[in-house]
Amino acid sequence: MKILVCIKQVPDMESKFKINAEGTWYDGIDLAWRMNEYDEYAVEQAVQLKEQVAGSDLTVLCIGRQQVQETMKKALAIGCDRGVHVADENSHQKDPFEIASVIAEFASDKGFDLIFTGMQSQDRGSAQVGVLIAEMLGMPSISTIVDFAFADGQISAKRELEGGIKALVKTTAPALVTCQLGLNTPRYPTLPNIMKAKKKELLSVEVADLLKVEAKQETAKIYFPEKKGGGLVLEGEVADLADQLIQILKDKTAVLA
Amino acid sequence: MKALLVAEYRDGQLLGSTYELVAFANQLGAESAMFLVGSDSALPQYDGPLYLADSGKYSEFNPAVHKQLLLDVIAKEQPEMVVFAHSSYGWDLAPRIALTLGAAQVSEVVEIVDGVPVAPVCNSKLRRQVKANTDRTVVTLQAGAFGLSDEPSGSPTVEMIDTDSDSAAQIEFCGYEEAEAGGVDLSKADVIVSAGRGIGKPENLEIVEVLAKALGGEYGASRPVVDSDWADHSRQVGTTGQTVSPKLYVACGISGAIQHLAGMKKSEFIVAINTDKDAPIGEVADVLLVADLKQFLPVLTEKVRAL
Ligand SMILES: Cc1cc2nc3c(=O)[nH]c(=O)nc-3n(C[C@H](O)[C@H](O)[C@H](O)COP(=O)(O)OP(=O)(O)OC[C@H]3O[C@@H](n4cnc5c(N)ncnc54)[C@H](O)[C@@H]3O)c2cc1C
Ligand SMILES: Nc1ncnc2c1ncn2[C@@H]1O[C@H](COP(=O)(O)O)[C@@H](O)[C@H]1O
Repeated sequence: MKILVCIKQVPDMESKFKINAEGTWYDGIDLAWRMNEYDEYAVEQAVQLKEQVAGSDLTVLCIGRQQVQETMKKALAIGCDRGVHVADENSHQKDPFEIASVIAEFASDKGFDLIFTGMQSQDRGSAQVGVLIAEMLGMPSISTIVDFAFADGQISAKRELEGGIKALVKTTAPALVTCQLGLNTPRYPTLPNIMKAKKKELLSVEVADLLKVEAKQETAKIYFPEKKGGGLVLEGEVADLADQLIQILKDKTAVLA
Repeated sequence: MKALLVAEYRDGQLLGSTYELVAFANQLGAESAMFLVGSDSALPQYDGPLYLADSGKYSEFNPAVHKQLLLDVIAKEQPEMVVFAHSSYGWDLAPRIALTLGAAQVSEVVEIVDGVPVAPVCNSKLRRQVKANTDRTVVTLQAGAFGLSDEPSGSPTVEMIDTDSDSAAQIEFCGYEEAEAGGVDLSKADVIVSAGRGIGKPENLEIVEVLAKALGGEYGASRPVVDSDWADHSRQVGTTGQTVSPKLYVACGISGAIQHLAGMKKSEFIVAINTDKDAPIGEVADVLLVADLKQFLPVLTEKVRAL
């Protein structure tokens, strides 16, 4: 069985963000980078499926700068067999339609039986790329899954709906699923597997070879939201802070009465 | 401007998000029509044309078939904008429609500034204005961003619609599974102290729990804490957990993602404890204490007990 998992490298969301000189995206300098959280669940599920179905082959794909290879190595250490890095210095300026088109173009002649993506990326968070890839390839897709099972070519999944209700759905491979938080328990790469991963194939292809479409949208301007509400921000020594907070709770709420 | 609003229906009920779409269209001053796969026994209170497909016949969830039904209506109505809620139904169907139409899709729109949609970036730490390069656009609206200014009223002009493209069905919908019942009912607590991923490890849940007790309340949790099995699902606050509005909500090590805020922002008084001064929880907090919860919470608990 041929499996593809798509991952994105994103900044740590606790980073102190700055805006780039053009005012169109955040500045990529001085940030800590990691695998998009949703994609960690996608990688884990893909590896579990590979382990379940003998003779499977699992490819991890990522579009981005040279530095994304660091994140790809983690996916290889967790159990992906090979990596395809689509080299693109400007992937952050591409819209979901372009990103999906590049991945669909790559996948079109590979005969993947199952494709895993995250349900959304943490930085741009469009929740579009997965479903778009499937539509472009003409295969069914199930979004926002929190449970996944595969048997005899049949996929049974649970989609998570609002309020924690789940919808039970079935489809047949080839298919694509987009993974929601909590789908499984992502494993950590072990040291021996990190060493082994260094020997795994990590192919690099130029984005220009796969990009055949034009963007449908662009970021005109990026900015920090105005701080509204005028909440109080307190800093300082913990004992002082605790005293201040108790006074505020006494003044403004009835809970300490 | 003409907008087609894609209403939502689940388990025999029209969903409230439908009215946020109406509020959005009103705010834009757009002429609108509505699309719904639902039932004539639960019609929206809406003055305008409603294209209704029977969910008994087409299933409440069947993306390929709903897509075809919707495309037929789009062909007839020729809207400039197709509007969905950014929900499990909306983010699933919207890209399918956008791709077929060749339209730009802007996801999770929070406001419209000078006619340009604005969407959050990086867990709402940033915002961006998105310029579509296509004449027609598809948008999904962040839950709660376009509030209901008026009580819904009116009655639609219903036109039943059909399609014969059942060959397009690729996904079988086998029913719903309710959220696990039991556990605590957070909605009854006057004080909720919630633990986020910032607690770092499960052992630290205890310092949150003892503060909750000292304040006479219950402890809650953000999703990662529940997903890691550090707390029961009944403790989860947010869109896929419980919605609460206690007298006091204390968010410990919680960044303030929109899906968490949706579950607690109506609390009467909100205190946040976070090492990150810029954490988006600051947008709703009455007081943000910039501190390490591991040091701060035990000190606060002692002082509260001493009162
Ligand atoms: C469809 C959907 C539904 C969702 N439903 C929910 C839901 O119902 N409820 C929910 O909560 N989430 C939900 N989420 C997930 C949500 O998007 C966020 O991922 C989640 O809320 C983040 O949880 P967090 O704030 O605990 O963790 P993080 O975002 O990782 O934040 C951790 C915070 O802790 C702070 N911190 C770190 N160390 C310390 C310390 N020592 N002391 C003090 N502060 C510290 C950090 O600065 C950071 O702000 C949903 C997501 C999706 C896509
Ligand atoms: N640059 C990228 N490279 C590889 N996969 C990506 C990239 N961007 C997005 N994806 C995949 O698409 C999913 C949804 O992303 P988005 O539509 O941007 O929210 C992510 O979780 C990834 O699985």
